Amino acid sequence: MGRTLTFDIFRYNPADPASRPHTDRFELEETERMTLFIALNKIREEIDPTLMFDFCCRAGICGACAMVINGRPGLACHTKTRDMPAAITLMPLPAFKLVGDLSVDTGTWFRGMYDKIESWVHTNKVFDPAAKEERMDNGLAERIYELDRCIECGCCVAACGTALMREDFLGAVALNRLARFILDPRDERTEKDYFDLVGTDEGIFGCMGLLACEDVCPKQIPLQEQLGKLRRKMALAAVKNLLPKFLNKDF
Amino acid sequence: MRIIQSDVLSVGAGLAGERVAIEAAENGFSAICLSIVPARRSHSSAAQGGMQAALGNSAMGEGDSPDVHFADTVKGSDWGCDQEVARLFCNGAPIAMRQMAFWGVPWNRVVPGEQTYYKGGKPFTAFEKPENEGLIHSRNFGGTAKWRTCYTSDGTGHCVLFTLDNRAAQVGVTVVDKVEAVALIHDGETCMGAVVRCLKTGELTAYLAKATLIATGGFGRIYRESTNAVICDGGGLIAALDTGVASLGNMEAVQFHPTGIVPTDILVTEGCRGDGGTLLDKNEYRFMPDYEPDKAELASRDVVSRRMTEHMRKGLGVASPYGDHLWLDIRHLGEHHIRTKLREVDEICQSFLGVDPVTQLIPVRPTQHYSMGGVRTNKDGAAYGLKGLFSAGESACWDMHGFNRLGGNSLAETVVAGMIVGAKIVEFLKGTESVIKTGVVRDAMAAQEARIKGLVAGVNGRENPYAVKNAMHDAIMKGAGIFRNGHDLEVCVADLQEILARSRKVGLRSSGQGANPELTMALKIEGMVKLALCVAYGALKRTESRGAHTREDYPERNDRDWLTRTLATWQPGADLPTLAYEPATHTFELPPGDRGYGGGKIIARDE
Repeated sequence: MGRTLTFDIFRYNPADPASRPHTDRFELEETERMTLFIALNKIREEIDPTLMFDFCCRAGICGACAMVINGRPGLACHTKTRDMPAAITLMPLPAFKLVGDLSVDTGTWFRGMYDKIESWVHTNKVFDPAAKEERMDNGLAERIYELDRCIECGCCVAACGTALMREDFLGAVALNRLARFILDPRDERTEKDYFDLVGTDEGIFGCMGLLACEDVCPKQIPLQEQLGKLRRKMALAAVKNLLPKFLNKDF
Repeated sequence: MRIIQSDVLSVGAGLAGERVAIEAAENGFSAICLSIVPARRSHSSAAQGGMQAALGNSAMGEGDSPDVHFADTVKGSDWGCDQEVARLFCNGAPIAMRQMAFWGVPWNRVVPGEQTYYKGGKPFTAFEKPENEGLIHSRNFGGTAKWRTCYTSDGTGHCVLFTLDNRAAQVGVTVVDKVEAVALIHDGETCMGAVVRCLKTGELTAYLAKATLIATGGFGRIYRESTNAVICDGGGLIAALDTGVASLGNMEAVQFHPTGIVPTDILVTEGCRGDGGTLLDKNEYRFMPDYEPDKAELASRDVVSRRMTEHMRKGLGVASPYGDHLWLDIRHLGEHHIRTKLREVDEICQSFLGVDPVTQLIPVRPTQHYSMGGVRTNKDGAAYGLKGLFSAGESACWDMHGFNRLGGNSLAETVVAGMIVGAKIVEFLKGTESVIKTGVVRDAMAAQEARIKGLVAGVNGRENPYAVKNAMHDAIMKGAGIFRNGHDLEVCVADLQEILARSRKVGLRSSGQGANPELTMALKIEGMVKLALCVAYGALKRTESRGAHTREDYPERNDRDWLTRTLATWQPGADLPTLAYEPATHTFELPPGDRGYGGGKIIARDE
């Protein structure tokens, strides 16, 4: 231990007319088991009280602290300084609106995304409080859970070439979310319904296949696999839509 | 002045807040949830374990019923709970879990046939009935007679929160994120909404509503060492307390968890000790058998936490830059067991500590975990003292937890209370018209604007809000932690009163523009110190040991004098809360008896 760490941190406060985007340097003595969560709080409490950044659960579960750490999107809470060189550069996630310094507005982006893909179970059934729950195969429940694990940190969006070029691109996170509903028998949407949502360049056809989304996902969700499956399924749905109605059955 | 109006305003968009908002929206009322963070980052998401509901589908849950759940809950509360509320909760839980399934939660389901489970680190088999195939399964949690914890692998809170947030979007609930309620708008009789500061721009807005709900979760961050998310700073409780008329209930009832990791206080599961993990001191000596010869590390949560603290007080803790701690040793369980059965523990150690638990010791210490206290409400969720104000979830003292809540009951409470209180709020909305006194709204807004200007200008002084926070942490960790006694609590209360005076003199070093975090802290610190005083002063006055509240100088549970709930209010300008008491419960379905663990003498009601 005993290293002196230097933090080069992006600074900009959009609410302050005098503020210009720049980088500030801070120095800290490294302590045992230090994480970026500890380091950033120390900087704010002891050196610069205006430094803006987000943490919430600080345990890798909520996704609030995603930022670009030495050039790579990741969660600051489980980044240990001892795994890094003494020079650390921190930047806010691109693709999201900047709140200030390292803090970005992921809430608005994600709310827009799930309004667009209607991220809820679509069913015509009505809940009956007197009845037992509908049965589900446990294996299927676990497969849905695997896709439900996304914490919406935004790393995959920030690392996505298409998302950086076109604002309306839904991103791997949306396609993963939709894959979860396609798998879920409680959702009564048809393949055509799904195709209408994502069968465009904003959806499955916008992806350039750079694979960065999956590389940076802190939850190791197989995002590209979901995209591949969706593309095949949607292509099939597109073909079926061209066929005469009497042939248009599930196969 | 920017004004936004709705039928229901929930301060907080975790599970309880969203569940209430959904109930209102489904019944045709407009509902807004305010949240410091995007709703899906709420602390609700961090709960991994599960939600208790007596479904009785699994082999180990066979014979379970709301009656058994009720008995567990009342015993767990050390008879400090409101039994009428505990009954409502236990009866409602199965419905709420099924409803969550209907909305999309991927609960783990019963797999029929012979299954291998673990208890105390040892495998055993149980036969799951074929006729229960595909129904909601349940796992084991401490302190319950039956296995009844519904779960989705290791991400229950996350899955349930995402499902509820989906439902909220579907039924048209408006969620406004990165905003914070800094004060309630009220005339001393009726609550009309809240003054809300935008955490993106710093702008103030008046949110007006017929019904205002406090659902801001726990207030663990008044302690330095807490498993709570950093947003759990008691914001909603502070707003309620500052009205001078709303009461906080049982603030001294604070639960600690034995094994938070050092330095970041993330939990590692009790399963480590269940599977055979041991606790070591600075000499790598296993000390628990000296204190608890029978159960050692497997004694109940509160007992282990107390013994760990006792041992560290003898100077046998391991010194670190973050304070003293002890070691958790699971090395002897072997690589295979650790990497598979304790995978989550392995990941936490590797990701957040850089410790490999197969070969290295895990630094741990007892850590603040759950707040049983909160905004005191009646069984309908309506706050005492102010019409139109409600509370649900951890921020509320509803009060089904009494002085100690059971694992899995807190997460279940969020949706069950949300469902029940939501329905009561709908009834309230149907019988109420908005009464908006524009003068009251204007004054409330002006008061907060003036407060912010004063902090920026340093009109009361230039105390550093972070330094005040650290002083508060020192005082409460020392005096109102796991072990409590008259002397330490008196020192703690006196220290906190001095710190309260300092908190009233904070001023900014910066300009306070935009989403300024120093201003956010400065606006909150006085209220946090007040909450700390409610805890410490309530604990000083409660001369007994009940549930998580342990007095070394009063080791017995005293039903004769203290089968009561503490109510704390705060008069303007005071430097201590005003305490009053009410009976813990009006109905006794289950008369006071022994909890069955934790030991200790009981002074009976008629002694």
